[in-house]
Amino acid sequence: MSAEKTPNPSRRVTLNILRYNPQEAESEPRLQRYALEEADGMTLFIALNELREHQDPTLQFDFVCRAGICGSCAMMVNGRPRLACRTLVADLPSETTLTPLPFFELIGDLSVNTGKWMRGMSERLETWLHARETEPDLGRIEERMQPETAEAIYELDRCIECGCCVAACGTAQMRPDFVGAVGLGKIVRFRADPRDTRDDDDYFELIGDDTGVFGCMSLLACHDVCPKSLPLKTQIAFLRRKMALIA
Amino acid sequence: MSTSALIVQSGLADHLRKSRWPARLDLLQSGTGLILALFMWGHMFFVASILLGETAMWTVTRMFEGYFFFGGARPRLVSCVAAGVLLLFVLHALLALRKFPANYRQYRVLRAHVRAMRHEDSALWIWQVYTGFALFFLASAHLYQMLVWPQNIGPYASADRVWSDGLWPFYLLMLLAVEAHGGIGLYRLAMKWNWPRFSRNFLKKLKWGLTGFFLILGLMTLGAYMKIGFEHQARYGERYRPAELPAWLERLAPEGDFPRRGPKENAS
Repeated sequence: MSAEKTPNPSRRVTLNILRYNPQEAESEPRLQRYALEEADGMTLFIALNELREHQDPTLQFDFVCRAGICGSCAMMVNGRPRLACRTLVADLPSETTLTPLPFFELIGDLSVNTGKWMRGMSERLETWLHARETEPDLGRIEERMQPETAEAIYELDRCIECGCCVAACGTAQMRPDFVGAVGLGKIVRFRADPRDTRDDDDYFELIGDDTGVFGCMSLLACHDVCPKSLPLKTQIAFLRRKMALIA
Repeated sequence: MSTSALIVQSGLADHLRKSRWPARLDLLQSGTGLILALFMWGHMFFVASILLGETAMWTVTRMFEGYFFFGGARPRLVSCVAAGVLLLFVLHALLALRKFPANYRQYRVLRAHVRAMRHEDSALWIWQVYTGFALFFLASAHLYQMLVWPQNIGPYASADRVWSDGLWPFYLLMLLAVEAHGGIGLYRLAMKWNWPRFSRNFLKKLKWGLTGFFLILGLMTLGAYMKIGFEHQARYGERYRPAELPAWLERLAPEGDFPRRGPKENAS
C-alpha cells in the first residue's frame, strides 16, 4: 500500500517568478523571489493567489476553473509547461521557478494570451464542422452515430487548448507559424467525424506543409506534457501517414 | 517563367493549391535515413569481420569486389556502392537541413528551450543535429576515399590507413557520430510514423541497447585495425594474401589463384 504524500507543514517554499510587463516601457524581465509557507493540499494556483493576496497585488497570472478544465493557468514550472491548478506544491522542490508560456503573446508576468493564437489557428485550419448543408435545419433530429465513433470523437475533443503542447514544442519555438499538436489534433478530430464532408485532399490544403504535419519533428514533448494525457504522438503519426499518402 | 513561379514570386503562394512536395520530401528524408542507417549497421558488421581474423576480412572485401563471382577482383564495384551511398547521403543531408535551426536566433531559442525542458527526446534531436553536422564532413571524406581508392580496402591496407596514415582519430570521431546519429534516427523514425508499433519505452531501450552494442563492436574493430596497423607499419603498403583458403571458398576463387587441393581419393 503506498503512503499518501503528506506535505511538511513547516516547509517554506521559494517561488522565483519571472516579472515583466510589456505595457510598461521601463519594465525589464527579472526574476523575483517570493517565500511562503506550504499548506496541506496546496496547489501552485493556491500559492500564487496567496502571494497576490498577501505579498504582491501586482502579480499577474491567469485562472478560471481551478480544476484543470479551462487551461488558463498553464505556465512553465521549472522549465516545463504545466497547469498551476493541477500542480501540487508538495511535488515541487523547495525552490521553484515560474515563467510564462513561451510562444504566446505575453500580457504580463505569468499571464499570456493563448486565446488569441488559438483563435487564429482555428480560423486558419477551419476547425469547425463542414456539414453538407450550408443552412442547417435546427429543427431536424441529428443524424445517428455509432457509439464507438462518438466515443472516439469525444476522446479527440478532450483538448482544453491550454497551450502546453505548443510551449513544449521545439519546432514551434523556432518556427512561429507551426500549427502545433493542438492544431493537428483538431484536424484528426474533424477527420474522424462522419458529419464533416471534407476529405484528405481538403485537409492536405490545411496542414500538408512544413507549417503543418510535415513541420513536426517528432520531439514528442507535446505528448509528454499534455495535462489531459492526449495521445498526441499517435494522432500526429496517423495524420502524417494519411497526408503522405496524398503525395 | 511558369505562372506558378510568378505567383510565388508575387508573394501569393498561399493562394495556390498546396504543393505535394513537402510530403514527398518528408518521405524521402525518412526513406534515405532508413536506408543509410541500415547500411551503416550492415557495414559495421562487414568491417568487424577483422575480429574473426585477417582471412575473414579479406574474404568479405574480396566478395564485395566480385572476386568470387567474376574471376578476379573488381574494386570499381566498391566505388559504385560508395557513389550510391554518397548520393543518398547528400540527398539525406540536404533534406535534413530543412529542419536545422536556420539562424542564431532559432539556435539560441532552441538550445535554451531544450536545456530548460530537460526533455530526453528533444535533447536527442539536438544531438542528431550536432552529429549530423559532423557527418557532413566526416562521412563525405570517408565516402570520397572509398569512391576514389576502393582498392585500398583489406586487412593490411585498412590497418595501414588507420595506423600509419594516422586516420584512427578520424575513424573514432566518425564511429561516435554515426552510431549516435543512426541509432537516434531510427528510434525517431519509428516515433514519427508510429511503426513498428512497439511501446516507446521498449523502442528507446532497444535504441540504447543497439547503440551500445554497435559502439562496443566499433571500438573493438577500430582497436583491432590499430593493432594490426601498428604491427604492420614496417611493411607499410604490403597487401594481405591468405596462404590458403577453406576448401569451399577455394572452389569459388578464380582458377590458378590458389593451389587446388585435389578431391579426396576414392577408397574403392
